Amino acid sequence: MKAYLTRRYKFSASHRLHSESMSEQENRKVYGKCNNPYGHGHNYVMEVTVSGTPAPETGMICNLADLDGFVNTEILDQYHDDNLNCMEQFRQKVPTTENLCVELHRVLQEKFSAAKIERVRIQETMMNSFEYAGENSV
Amino acid sequence: MKTVYLTRKAEFSASHFYHNPKFTPEENRRIFGKCNNPHGHGHNYTLEVTVRGPVNEQSGFVMDLKQLKDIMNREVIDVLDHRHLNYEIPEFKEQIPTTENLAIAIWRRLQGKLDGGARLYRVRVYENDDLFAEVYGEE
Repeated sequence: MKAYLTRRYKFSASHRLHSESMSEQENRKVYGKCNNPYGHGHNYVMEVTVSGTPAPETGMICNLADLDGFVNTEILDQYHDDNLNCMEQFRQKVPTTENLCVELHRVLQEKFSAAKIERVRIQETMMNSFEYAGENSV
Repeated sequence: MKTVYLTRKAEFSASHFYHNPKFTPEENRRIFGKCNNPHGHGHNYTLEVTVRGPVNEQSGFVMDLKQLKDIMNREVIDVLDHRHLNYEIPEFKEQIPTTENLAIAIWRRLQGKLDGGARLYRVRVYENDDLFAEVYGEE
């Protein structure tokens, strides 16, 4: 039977929402407080969901140690206590949590081969969260 | 008819360890890490069962919650709570009691047990706040 496994990770990062394609005034109107030039930070909670049929010999969709190792090296080590706006992947893109979700889904999808990546969900605060499950998801 | 989803939560505590007799002791330690400790370890599991169905016009229910609670208690909680999954639960005589396999076993225990218009939609099992497995009955 197909099963889904979700693992939760935490990282803290700062960002500023500002688009070069809009005027200063438009930026302030669209992004409000998030446009503060000095930026601000969040304690992000990221949930990674993988899916598959558990292997008979291990009972696992994939080894959690492999997923943890990958996420630690490829994501947490790079994002934790950093400024999203300074990262190469957000030079041309506003680091909204929508774009962060899509970017982290891409990294997992392209480089983690031990299981199918089903979904990435990121909680920016207790009051809002974002999910991305790939382009063809419903 | 509008379909509504209803989720009921329950908790149970159980012990387990991961070990495959077909692997060497070294392989078992490498693959399962700390979870291979032969004396086992335990968790406070949280179970979430979601059923779906039309809202009954007379009762306003998808399903009587008390009935769902009783079924969950009888089929799952009474069986698993304060047990050692490897030694006392038949499903895990041959299978490793990972959270994935536990969710599948609970789905199979609940499947077909609901009466009326509600259908089992999802079984989600939290091993802790940072890890959960879920199944929707897809073969």
